[in-house]
Amino acid sequence: MREKQIDKLKDYKYGFTTDIENIRAPKGLNKEVIEFISKAKKEPKWMLDWRMKAFERLKNLKEPNWQKPKYPKIDYQDIYYYSAPKSASEKPKNIDELDPKLLETYKKLGIPLQEQQRLNGIAVDAVFDSVSVATTFKDKLNEVGVIFCSISEAIQKHPELVKKYLGSVIPLTDHYFATLNSAVFTDGSFVYIPPGVKCPMELSTYFRINASQTGQFERTLIIADKGSYVSYLEGCTAPMRDENQLHAANVELVALDNAEIKYSTVQNWYPGDENGKGGIYNFVTKRGLCKGTNSKISWTQVETGSAITWKYPSCVLQGDNSIGEFYSIAITNNYQKADTGTKMIHLGKNTKSKIISKGISAGFSDMTYRGLVDISSKAKHSTNYTQCDSLLMGNKCGAHTVPYIKNKNPESNIAHEATTSKISEEQLHYCQQRGLNPEEAVGLIVNGFCKEVLQQLPMEFAVEAQKLVGISLEGSVG
Amino acid sequence: MEEQLKIDFEKLLENSNFSKNNVEIKRKSFNNFIEKGFPNRREESWKFSDLNQIISKNIKNLSFYNDLSKPNKIDQSIFIDGLEHNKLVFVNGRIEKIEFDYEEKNKIEILDDLFLEKPKNANNSLLFLNNAFVSKYFKLIVKKNYSLQKPLVIYNITNKDLVSKSINLKVDILLEENSSLKLIEFSDDKSTTNFININYNLDLQKNSFLKNYKIDNNSNSNIKYYFNNISQDNNSISEIFLLSSGSEFIKNEINCNLNGKYASAFVNGVFILNKTKHHEIKTNINHLVENTKSYQLIKGVLEDTSKAVYQGKIFVDSKAQKTDGYQLSKAILLNDNTEFNAKPELEIYADDVKCSHGSASGSLNEDSIFYLMSRGLNYKEAKKLLINGFLLDVVEKITDFEIKNLIKNIMSLKQ
Repeated sequence: MREKQIDKLKDYKYGFTTDIENIRAPKGLNKEVIEFISKAKKEPKWMLDWRMKAFERLKNLKEPNWQKPKYPKIDYQDIYYYSAPKSASEKPKNIDELDPKLLETYKKLGIPLQEQQRLNGIAVDAVFDSVSVATTFKDKLNEVGVIFCSISEAIQKHPELVKKYLGSVIPLTDHYFATLNSAVFTDGSFVYIPPGVKCPMELSTYFRINASQTGQFERTLIIADKGSYVSYLEGCTAPMRDENQLHAANVELVALDNAEIKYSTVQNWYPGDENGKGGIYNFVTKRGLCKGTNSKISWTQVETGSAITWKYPSCVLQGDNSIGEFYSIAITNNYQKADTGTKMIHLGKNTKSKIISKGISAGFSDMTYRGLVDISSKAKHSTNYTQCDSLLMGNKCGAHTVPYIKNKNPESNIAHEATTSKISEEQLHYCQQRGLNPEEAVGLIVNGFCKEVLQQLPMEFAVEAQKLVGISLEGSVG
Repeated sequence: MEEQLKIDFEKLLENSNFSKNNVEIKRKSFNNFIEKGFPNRREESWKFSDLNQIISKNIKNLSFYNDLSKPNKIDQSIFIDGLEHNKLVFVNGRIEKIEFDYEEKNKIEILDDLFLEKPKNANNSLLFLNNAFVSKYFKLIVKKNYSLQKPLVIYNITNKDLVSKSINLKVDILLEENSSLKLIEFSDDKSTTNFININYNLDLQKNSFLKNYKIDNNSNSNIKYYFNNISQDNNSISEIFLLSSGSEFIKNEINCNLNGKYASAFVNGVFILNKTKHHEIKTNINHLVENTKSYQLIKGVLEDTSKAVYQGKIFVDSKAQKTDGYQLSKAILLNDNTEFNAKPELEIYADDVKCSHGSASGSLNEDSIFYLMSRGLNYKEAKKLLINGFLLDVVEKITDFEIKNLIKNIMSLKQ
């Protein structure tokens, strides 16, 4: 039994749990729970009202069901909507005061906060279950006026910014999971880059679901004011559990005139075991608004985890000359399922968008690229280029492409290309001849296939992502 | 509309002489249609063309019963000139002429009183409507080893007497082993605001060859839906060409099952649209066994406030290794209010396949126009030349020389 567990652990190296006492809200989704969350976060009344509005709307909404991967019905009354490490209820002033066990967890995850602070110069905001635990590197960011804190802190300290931008990209009236998040979101990151500031370091958040039967509903809001630049990284893991856990986050980005936001994700939630038991349902809503002229939003994602990934990081190109980019690698193995892609909505003149998507499916998995390119009649001289390639390993898996292309403007150009292929025997043979074993060979070829996207990731992430690509495909050859 | 449907359905049963089985199937189909109604935007396959809305906007007082007891006159002038051909003529939904002058009599069989079956695709309410209201269900059989000497033209003619009616036709064509058929479907409409719903079932047995050209070029205000279900056995080839231009609304749906090894399907289509026309081509090519091939090329030129939609899907079963699937759609938008929507979809479950798709839309290339103008053409001529070249690309795919020239003439493309 024990051996089996160890074996299991080998497969998913983030599969440990941490014994930390949790404070939980009562199970279920109702008014009281939302009040509990709001109270626990010491939120002002307007925030509670906002949540209640979302909750009221949620009652009339139906869960969407057009997606390709189907899943058993989720019982929303059987989830804990709030779970916080007990020791964090009195928030520590600095990192040294953190619960040592928590720090240990992060070390296992490979992000020792203290070390990272010193060595990497990346500011990390770690979200454990539902609560933001510590934000490193505060002083240095304060100097240039960058606000990087948990969203609950922002609600208290910068209510004018939160009020202005929260829900401006993903409104309360959006789809089911986004509205659910608006009602019960617990924590997440808040970033504000003042005009003309180039954020001096990469900002990073780490999400982890620890407690069982909890959902994670974080909310991230990033605002890049005029002429500013920020690069933001997000990583996620969860322990191994037999049950499916729901993760329904909302991420909103706002780029004003001449601002640029680069958002990178390495998602490695627990994918379930090799028989498809357990794993995270990753139903995330990510949307960026290029509000100002010459603004730019770029999404990069490496999706290797989750039992079901169902998300479409989108760009609304409202400002003239704005640019939206989407680079994605999605890998599914065993019984994992993914339905992911992007939406590029061109509203302003001379807007440009570029989509590069690489999907790799192995084992019994199923992968779908679903994307929308919509050029409205006012978006003159807009261009879009889309390329989505799929790689199949074995004939038990599936790779699908479902692009929606709408063009209402004669002065705009859209080009879309897609291919599906497999790793050829010749390629494998060549690599093996040069002394690589089959798995290394596949890893090398796949990394080459993904190169265009990996190049977009910041250095530290690119290395991790490359390794992840290898790990995710282990055992899929032969 | 529901009351009208019920009245008309009872009228049809009263005035016709259907077998017991068919009445039963018709009733079931009718109830099914009543339950579902005309498809609307909420259905994925009608996302870009809301038929329910289009019908209620364009047709007032749509009625479903069509008195077929009296013969209609055939306007001979619309017959295709300069091409010797066999004829099947439908006027206002009634068969008026069956003529196979060029063929051996015992090699072709026509049946007209068949058992209806429940539609296999239970989501398509228009197939149920067709089943409920079709009065004669035809089947054409081309016998083993026989190739028709001349093309067969199916004329779908409507005249001025037909207003706000729904016409439902159902034709099956069976090509037995080693047979071949060139089929032209030619529409000519003088009627106004009707809903025409035609259902073709094409069955291609081993080594058979079908060339199918669908021509809808004359401007009219009818709303049309064509459903073509094709199943192909080993080594069979189907070649389909669509000229989608005349009617107010057309949706051509092609569902092709490649059931036999080395079967191949070619679908080529052209949209030439102006005014408020709204046309759609939806294809569904299912590669079900290994070594099958499909090729699709769709091009469109849109003017005024017209709208074209292409939804193409390639499905590859896990058994269908060595599949070769290709799909390309392109459109030129000439005015500010035109719209081109595409959904080129791949659903693949086998790994040793070669599948790709592409889609592009935009305006005419200004550099090319400049080049031609610098060679002495005026703007209008330059534009016309570029558009013709763009469309000719598709027409050139037609493998039958005679018919290619005919279609070029119809489209007034110079050689």
